[in-house]
Amino acid sequence: MANLTNLYDVSKCTACRACQVACKNWNQLPAAIEPFKGNYQTHEDTNGDTYTIVRFIEHEDPVGGVTWNFLKYQCMHCSDPACMKVCPRGAYSKTEWGATIHDPDKCIGCQYCTYACPFGIPKYREREDKVAKCTLCADRVEEGMQPACAATCPTGALKFGDRYELLQYAEERVNFLRANGYPNATIYGKLELGGLNKIYILTDTPDKFGLPVDPKIPGQIPFWQDIVQPYFGWLIPLALAGSAVSFVTTRLLANKHKENKKGGHE
Amino acid sequence: MTNHWNDLKNTDCCLIIGSNAAENHPISFKWLTEAREKRGAKIIHVDPRFTRTSARSDIYAPIRPGTDIAFIGGMINYILENKLYHEEYVREYTNATFIVKDTYDFNDGLFSGYDPVQRKYDKNQWAYEMTEDGQYVKDMTMQHPRCVLQLLKKHFSRYDIKTVCKITGTPENKYLEVLKTYCTTGAPDKAGTIMYAMGTTQHTVGTQNVRSYAILQLLLGNMGKPGGGVNALRGESNVQGSTDWALLYHILPGYLASPQAKHKDLKTYLEMETPKTGYWKNKPKFMVSFLKSYWMQDDPEKSYHYLPKRENNKNYSHIAMFEAMYKNEIEGLFIWGSNPIVGGPNANKEQAALAKLKWMVAIDLWQTETSEFWTYKAADRPTDKDEYGTNLTPDKIQTEVFFLPACASFEKEGSVSNSGRWMQYRWKAADPVGESRADLEIVHDLMLRIKKLYQGSTKPQDEPITHLTWDYGPEGHPDIDKIAREINGFTVINGKPGKQIANFTKLADDGSTACSNWIYSGCYPDNEYLAKRRDNRDIAYPGTKPIGSYSNWAWCWPVNRRILYNRCSATPDGRPWDKERVSIFWDGSAWVGNDVPDFAKNKNPNEPGGKNAFIMRPEEVGCIFSACAEGPFPEHYEPWESPVKNLLNSQPFNPAIVEWEPKKRGTTDKYPIIGTTYRVSEHWQSGVMTRMQPWLAELVPDVFVEMSEELAKEKGIRNGDKVIIMTTRGDIKAVACVTKRFKPLNVAGKKIHHIGVLWHFGFNGYATGDPANRLTPHVGDANTTIPEYKAWLCNIRRA
Repeated sequence: MANLTNLYDVSKCTACRACQVACKNWNQLPAAIEPFKGNYQTHEDTNGDTYTIVRFIEHEDPVGGVTWNFLKYQCMHCSDPACMKVCPRGAYSKTEWGATIHDPDKCIGCQYCTYACPFGIPKYREREDKVAKCTLCADRVEEGMQPACAATCPTGALKFGDRYELLQYAEERVNFLRANGYPNATIYGKLELGGLNKIYILTDTPDKFGLPVDPKIPGQIPFWQDIVQPYFGWLIPLALAGSAVSFVTTRLLANKHKENKKGGHE
Repeated sequence: MTNHWNDLKNTDCCLIIGSNAAENHPISFKWLTEAREKRGAKIIHVDPRFTRTSARSDIYAPIRPGTDIAFIGGMINYILENKLYHEEYVREYTNATFIVKDTYDFNDGLFSGYDPVQRKYDKNQWAYEMTEDGQYVKDMTMQHPRCVLQLLKKHFSRYDIKTVCKITGTPENKYLEVLKTYCTTGAPDKAGTIMYAMGTTQHTVGTQNVRSYAILQLLLGNMGKPGGGVNALRGESNVQGSTDWALLYHILPGYLASPQAKHKDLKTYLEMETPKTGYWKNKPKFMVSFLKSYWMQDDPEKSYHYLPKRENNKNYSHIAMFEAMYKNEIEGLFIWGSNPIVGGPNANKEQAALAKLKWMVAIDLWQTETSEFWTYKAADRPTDKDEYGTNLTPDKIQTEVFFLPACASFEKEGSVSNSGRWMQYRWKAADPVGESRADLEIVHDLMLRIKKLYQGSTKPQDEPITHLTWDYGPEGHPDIDKIAREINGFTVINGKPGKQIANFTKLADDGSTACSNWIYSGCYPDNEYLAKRRDNRDIAYPGTKPIGSYSNWAWCWPVNRRILYNRCSATPDGRPWDKERVSIFWDGSAWVGNDVPDFAKNKNPNEPGGKNAFIMRPEEVGCIFSACAEGPFPEHYEPWESPVKNLLNSQPFNPAIVEWEPKKRGTTDKYPIIGTTYRVSEHWQSGVMTRMQPWLAELVPDVFVEMSEELAKEKGIRNGDKVIIMTTRGDIKAVACVTKRFKPLNVAGKKIHHIGVLWHFGFNGYATGDPANRLTPHVGDANTTIPEYKAWLCNIRRA
């Protein structure tokens, strides 16, 4: 099955944030009302109840004057996701069409994924002691619908479809933008981390939108993935043995000081 | 809109001025981005602050609030000086060729005929020169010194680039870029559009701002063309509908003047109000049919007297009404889906005015700030300032308040008319919650019960009620279909509805037809309610390309015409100016094409009147010269409260406006900063609906005030600080948003600061804050009295 993805064209985005509301509506996420801090971007980052945000970034230079960049930010649905690599419980999986899915039933709230993700996407949701993130609306897509954000976008900045076709369209758009006042226009997500299942058409270089120019998976992750995880099976008896030893020793110690534990809860 | 939303995709250049379209009309950018993608169209944004619209525009030009006429006047001058106007169009389709009487004069900001006591003009001084047999005197070469084009040239010759930029604070290089880019649309095969909203109209010169756009568009030949027009973006899904249906005091449905004392009977009304030429000469048919729709059994001569008459020339607008209320002249008020103590100008005074009522009925989705104006939280203020006795606690308020819960748009059915005049039917999606009901049901029951109270009365003064035709069914849900049929109009036989008529051309002035709003006539011919049509095919006329008319989608007034004045989309002899974007053309025997002609279908371009494209005007041409309250041409006047003197004339402000509160005019010694108010995408109108929505409250949780880094530094304000904003009307508290997007303006060498405040906030809901309208003045436009929300003086300090 071909990869299905969202294309986001910043040159068409007016930052109305309908995507943000549509996301909360579909996923029934509660509002996280924080006081206004002096930027339209009320949440500094995504959070356990906010899977997607729109960034508002002001720049000024003496020649070009003021620019105001908008960027819809959410899970990039990496083709080889770090979150999936580090999750000790296998809570993450890839759908055959490219979405990275997190299963809350398997999640133990250890938050390794939140540190591993090069985009800082998975967020801890305290009220459930679990992690949460964008699902690319897998539940909608598998019923033949578009993700909620793409379906609601009024200007056509978000398009959902076949990744290969969208990439071709993105190449055309970038050529058009480069010829029409945006010489630094570029595609993001085509090559980054071996290709993201999310494509951005940017009017300027990725750093102007707060995107990592060359995102990398933290160095210790291959170690975890390649050395620790394959031996995970025999680590368990080892750990159990360790616990048994610890049990016996603590028991012995406890018995030694029995006089101190009179009327103990055992 | 003279055109419509979808048509924006046909433009070559879009000038957005007095509008933050991307934020407040997001869907417009669907079509503008398409125009840019497919046609390489350019988008220009002229606005005091850099907004989300500016971010998506090709050119952003800053402007000082309230100086649009100077800005556009400079464009007009540039076009005339460099002969960039579409000459054939101007000659054939506008009054540029008309000769004006020599009593017309202009000197130091005043036109001839000014009466400084009444603050009014004698408009007869600006009349056209007429021949003895009543024809307009014209000079087709447009060289006569008193022809409109030459008068226009003379009037705007003072608006050179240097002077304009000194007034508006626009950097000269940016202004030149705008001039060069937009004025290319004067080419015959090009089309430029203007999108405007409340940033244009909510000024003491609001009407003349729009007039300046009309002149610009007529000069460039942009009216009537696909991708052209002067397009008012309405701030609410049905503002167009409510205006068509006489939301304002001076009109009856269909833009018929509401009667005044001077119109002593129907005959006098029709004589005084009906022009001799142009399509409005049919007004008697519209008025008589309107009266018939109200009182079907009565003779219109008689039922005319059932209509209330206004006092001659008395102002009954929003400001005037609240001023009267404040003076104890009004006893009771129905406040219907409206929240004036957040949305009204000088909201402190309007709140105090409500406390002087004996009773008030509030009808809304839930309790609004206005329905709870009598509570303790309504009396809460950030400082001790109390200009209007607003700090009234419940024990001191005697007003009896009734609240009727209404249901939301998704919980009822009916039609709404969008900015493009499309009348679209909406079906109910969910049942109303609790006891809430549709507005229509509330009106219906109210009227039936009033009629019941008067049942059996034989008093003549009760006849307006006892004789009223109200046959939409018993109490409860009225028969919407029946109402729609009456809107369309039908023949009347023995005081009863007969056959549906095709459209307003079938209306009669003898009482044989009834029609509640002539411009909507044609929405329900025969047995199909056309507002319900949902055919989303864009079908092109053979041999042409589709232009986005979607003629079988819903219905549009008048007679399903999607672009007004579309006769001008063709050359005088009837060929399209641009073969790629054909609206209508003359095929040798009739006007055909992708739209309903705004012209007599079979009128040959070569017969007399065959080029008269503006059929609603008595002159039947587009008016570059047209009498408004403050003159036939727009002239730059400073806002009522301004930090600078006018560089073009010595008038302190618009000489034709009413000053309601002269003592409240703030001056620069205490209030040196320009203030303006506006909305954001995330909240809607006074915020009654959106502040109650957690997901929207989350996006913009507090009232904020935007300001430049320079001003913040001067005042010691940091981003995110709480600040107090002060005017002569009141103080409010807000959160500072210090941004690079605001810059001090260089106005004639003087550094002028400006700030902007959101006006969505009140004391109810998940997101609360002070209403910014506690700051705005009670002063309005000279023609419409629309309040000056956009340019006033204030000061700011850390809270």
